[in-house]
Amino acid sequence: SSAAMAALRGRALLAPLGARLRAGPRAPLRSAASSPPLYDVVVSGGGMVGSAMAAVLGHDIHFHDKKIALLEAGPRKEHDHMPNSYSNRVSSISPGSATLLSSCGAWDHVCSLRLKPFRRMQVWDACSEAMIVFEKDDLDDMGYIVENDVIMSALTKQLDAVADRVEVFYRSKAVGYTWPLPSHGCDTSPWVQVELADGRRLQTKLLIGADGHNSMVRKEAEIKNIEHQYDQSAVVATLHLSEATDNNVAWQRFLPTGPIALLPLSDTASSLVWSTSHDHASELLAMDEESFVDSINSAFWSNTNHSDFIDTAGAMFRSAISLLKPSGTAVRQLPPSVAGVDAESRAMFPLGLGHATEYVRPRVALIGDAAHRVHPLAGQGVNLGFGDIACLAHHLSAAAFNGSDLGSLKHLLKFETERQRHNVSLIAATDVLKRLYSTTLAPLVLLRTWGLQATNALPPVKVRI
Amino acid sequence: QLSLFRFTLKRPFSTSHSSVDSKEMKKFQLLAHKWWDEEGEYAALHSMNDIRVPFIRDTLLSMSSNYHLGNPLSGIKILDVGCGGGLLSEPLGRLGASVTGIDPVEDNIRTADQHKSFDPVLAKRIQYKSSSLEEIVEESMETFDVIVASEVVEHVADLEMFIKCCSQVLKPEGSLFITTINKTQLSYVLGIVVAEKIMGIVPEGTHEWEKFVPPEELERLLESNGFSVRSVRGLLYNPLSGSWSWVQSTSLNYALHAVRAGAPAHSHATDALPETDLQQHSATAGTAG
Repeated sequence: SSAAMAALRGRALLAPLGARLRAGPRAPLRSAASSPPLYDVVVSGGGMVGSAMAAVLGHDIHFHDKKIALLEAGPRKEHDHMPNSYSNRVSSISPGSATLLSSCGAWDHVCSLRLKPFRRMQVWDACSEAMIVFEKDDLDDMGYIVENDVIMSALTKQLDAVADRVEVFYRSKAVGYTWPLPSHGCDTSPWVQVELADGRRLQTKLLIGADGHNSMVRKEAEIKNIEHQYDQSAVVATLHLSEATDNNVAWQRFLPTGPIALLPLSDTASSLVWSTSHDHASELLAMDEESFVDSINSAFWSNTNHSDFIDTAGAMFRSAISLLKPSGTAVRQLPPSVAGVDAESRAMFPLGLGHATEYVRPRVALIGDAAHRVHPLAGQGVNLGFGDIACLAHHLSAAAFNGSDLGSLKHLLKFETERQRHNVSLIAATDVLKRLYSTTLAPLVLLRTWGLQATNALPPVKVRI
Repeated sequence: QLSLFRFTLKRPFSTSHSSVDSKEMKKFQLLAHKWWDEEGEYAALHSMNDIRVPFIRDTLLSMSSNYHLGNPLSGIKILDVGCGGGLLSEPLGRLGASVTGIDPVEDNIRTADQHKSFDPVLAKRIQYKSSSLEEIVEESMETFDVIVASEVVEHVADLEMFIKCCSQVLKPEGSLFITTINKTQLSYVLGIVVAEKIMGIVPEGTHEWEKFVPPEELERLLESNGFSVRSVRGLLYNPLSGSWSWVQSTSLNYALHAVRAGAPAHSHATDALPETDLQQHSATAGTAG
């Protein structure tokens, strides 16, 4: 594991730049007459991250006369208003991500559809009383719980608004990519060739891979990916609370089998994300509604994993902290209890860790899950992707205003350095947390108990998180 | 394939005054196919775009009242003298300008033509011609809004004639942008010994210190040939980071912006020019040494 961590950090700092110019199959020479249409940017993958990338570029002032294409294998997704029931796939959107969505005009649509702001996050351990509370001093929103469908709908609208610049290809799966040879001294096309399932071809000066953790762009570019399957699946569902409440707190409890989280959707509904073993996940899906609801309440409320030793040690530490820093121990709030679950809303998907050793190649950049895949326990997944977009769009905008070749490694490397620096520590920390909390062994529980309590008491660390 | 020793000229080399130096041409001939390798011999010129393109772009934007979203140099006709493989012509073309790139070395023009051919937008906006500046004067009187002579004047044989020709092909109140190297002890040590012989930042033999031009001399020649020098700024290349930056001192590299005087050379009406803002471009004029 430590070797994997070291590898995560070693983004080919030692590999010569020339290694990057190694290409795949030779790009065939094309006569002008049969040349496929040439785009400035092609984004492969029309999920939340790919669509947002295309929308942000499409709204960029320096891309006013540029041609962008977005390739999405699925159909167009748009809602004028949401159905009464909530979708079971939701994301926790950070204020930074909200700002990005605002910059391309999508946030307004999100607000007019539906979202749930939350002010507080309470995270605690099943094996002790240790708890950490995240809260902003000024009572601003810490984040927003938004259904993925809502975000997609908002982005689709904003893509429509710049249809003169951004061409969206729905039901168009990319099946092959051909890379250009190193730029100097060749007669062949310098562009990336993209082949679609229906035989159509495109050319582009820059290919952005936003095609998820099984990214074909990344595989075809032969970029090494560090990956690890967790022995866990996440179970998601839409839950009904026992009684209506302000519901502006996000709850997460670390069980030995994995973290269980309750994310607010409305005053009476919350979204469940329960990461647990594959077997347990299948059981949860199969059991009847009543048993399912009981399991959830028990997971949040029971203290069977406590041991006297840990409780005493934790209590002592807590008193010590309150001597030094009276405000350093927060009041424990109680999570809401669950009364029911939406039929048909239970689902599960496997979890894993992934990190691409390189985010860029000449004329190629990876963003979102194609570049990094993380455990949902930190609620960071899509926010990392939005952060990638903000950074890449910034560099591409400057490059466009300088008249540079958009596919040039020079500015792509700046994007890679900035994002790897940011992402690697967060991904590593998330992985460490996941492993740390997967045990009932006393020493580790004590360690994380004290650690959590200490972190709760220390403002600088909390703010950084 | 390109033979390194093939050396052809479109026209017989003129023995009368010419700004083209045949020895200089030979040097660039040998490296004609290396232009577009961003990490190769011309890496420093590639990264110079990060500073000279914004310099040209922002100076021109500050002088004009039009702005076309996405194409800040739209409608501007630029002559890129000594364009080489087109390293500077292409970004200017991408920003919307109509660019004519000239270079006496035919192989350079061939490389430049081939490189732009894959991009239909650039192919339309940029025209390359294997030629010296004198050879196009007659057919291009007062044709261009802007002339760019970047890393060129330290290679020409007759600088005053070069400047006179610039004046002839520029429209009245047109802009001239020059980047070049100062003639100082420092530029000998760093520009020749270190850059060429030790670090290989510039291919060896590219420059001759004797031909470096101090900014005072360049200014004098410009002012006495109908130009008004608007700004002179020092440039510095950092070989470790591979990037250029503006500096106070002009002892090494410097960039200069001058404007051709307003009175038209002929009596016929010229194109209506936008009211140019004649404010001093905000930059410090450095002194040598």
